[in-house]
Amino acid sequence: MRVAESQRVDLAELEMQARLIRAKLAEMSHQAKTPHLGSSLSCVDILVAAYWGVLAIDPGKPADPDRDRFILSKGHAAPALYAALAYKGFFPVELLDTFTQAGGRLPEQPSPGCVPGMEAATGSLGHGLSLGLGMALAGRLQERQYRIFVAMSDGECNEGSVWEAAMLAPAHGLDNVAVIVDYNKWQATGRSNEIMALSPFRQKWEAFGWSASEVDGHDLDALVSAMSNVPDGSGKPVAIIAHTVKGKGISFMEDDNNWHYRSPNADELRQARVELGLV
Amino acid sequence: MRNAFAAEITALAEADERVVMLSADIGNRLFDNYKARFPNRFFNCGVAEANMMSMAAGMAFSGLRPVAYTITPFITTRCLEQIRVDVCYHNVPVTIVGVGGGLSYASLGATHHSCEDIAFLRVLPHMTVICPGDALEVGQALRAAINHDGPVYIRLGKKGEPVVHQQVPEFTIGKAIILREGSDVCLLSTGNLLPTAMRAAEELESGGVSAQVVSFHTVKPLDEALLAEAFSKFTVVATLEEHSLLGGFGGSVAEWMADQLRPPRARLCRIGTADEFLHEAGGQAYAREYFGLTPESIARKVLDMHGATAADQVPEVTV
Repeated sequence: MRVAESQRVDLAELEMQARLIRAKLAEMSHQAKTPHLGSSLSCVDILVAAYWGVLAIDPGKPADPDRDRFILSKGHAAPALYAALAYKGFFPVELLDTFTQAGGRLPEQPSPGCVPGMEAATGSLGHGLSLGLGMALAGRLQERQYRIFVAMSDGECNEGSVWEAAMLAPAHGLDNVAVIVDYNKWQATGRSNEIMALSPFRQKWEAFGWSASEVDGHDLDALVSAMSNVPDGSGKPVAIIAHTVKGKGISFMEDDNNWHYRSPNADELRQARVELGLV
Repeated sequence: MRNAFAAEITALAEADERVVMLSADIGNRLFDNYKARFPNRFFNCGVAEANMMSMAAGMAFSGLRPVAYTITPFITTRCLEQIRVDVCYHNVPVTIVGVGGGLSYASLGATHHSCEDIAFLRVLPHMTVICPGDALEVGQALRAAINHDGPVYIRLGKKGEPVVHQQVPEFTIGKAIILREGSDVCLLSTGNLLPTAMRAAEELESGGVSAQVVSFHTVKPLDEALLAEAFSKFTVVATLEEHSLLGGFGGSVAEWMADQLRPPRARLCRIGTADEFLHEAGGQAYAREYFGLTPESIARKVLDMHGATAADQVPEVTV
């Protein structure tokens, strides 16, 4: 039985988690002087919808063979996943304060099994979906019912391996696999639709044999609905194009690609906390 | 070697339901028997090696023992980053099998030659690199790989190579096999040059030089005990490989030598392919001749170094 089918999702609770995580991300980036804050903020709602509203997981049993799998293929947003796993109870929240510390368990991009709940070490783009397909085929052989959710960035879809995987999944009818693209319209150094011809994006996934839809990637209710509906009955893998804003939740970072590399100073961190209602 | 691989993978799949096979659209008819018996455990992943390699890793994450197979340059170089990150960084039991190692598919042109793969793969942490010397070693190597809790690369030749072993050898990863005893020089052969090494030893013998022949099937980890003994006992230790002299088996032994506290007695004679692409047409026999990988050419190189070494050592003996 799916968690999402059996439990009512408390949207206010989800919104609160999202605000807490965003504030924590700003703090982690400030403390560690790390980049990729904009990329992390843009996928927070996707992570919150997944971990608090969709995934059949038990933080006390992170290696349960029947668990749903969530792979953050855009590994540069690892702080967002670290924070989500910590707040969800996979490991103590205090560990987040050791982010990037020498000899610590939390590198800027995750190492294999660095914390409970980390399904894969990502960071090199275009690997997560293929890993997920391997997990899906294994699950089918082992007669397990789990689902696989892979969160990718739009820039990541530049990688050819993404489209190799996109072609294979429908050939095997892997309808328990879902891709959620954090479509924030930016990649490291420019607009994602100017660097590569990504558009028409949903139609690309459809043409590859996926059941594709578009949602507001900051509408937690819409995200939970879309992800809960996997498999969706079409017999196809599911692609959810989540329209997002890079830097979402902190006004002066929103849609400003400088925050792909910048980290906030003390004043900016204070302002971010005020905006997020945490001061 | 190819047929031995197909037979052994079928037997292993029978014995172990964790075994699955992934192929990048090759092996036409070769796996018919496997596919007939285990249709759910054969995945033709299309001509898309990067995705195939990551999928194999994902399967290994989930408790399976995947074997990923295609032509050597495509299962190694094409998807090197997937091997590095998904297989090796996660240290999962994926067996990577390349067919057509070295110059096996010489006639197909240099896109299908593979004289760099040992160098690429052996530098990856956690990776084991095995180059079986004949069909009997192939079966044993595959069995050992499937039961190894980490990534393994197996480099095959093609089909129809001479079988050197008289019977199925006792096979342990990292433990080289002495095939012919000798007292002057030692030929360490890795992979499909083993029959050539045996013939080179005969050639040397007929010239009055006694040659030991070792099937040095595991390039990583090196059998350091055997190296230490060989380098203390012979005048010349030669490495034979159908692979570039840069970074391959010979390079690996040279690194080992450089790290020894005291200089080893024996000279190292590295025999392999030159640092170049072969642009000309021609089959494996022609390509081997081009790169000096014939029994005669190998014997000559070893003999030259043996002669020089013996001459060097004369004054020491007479002092």
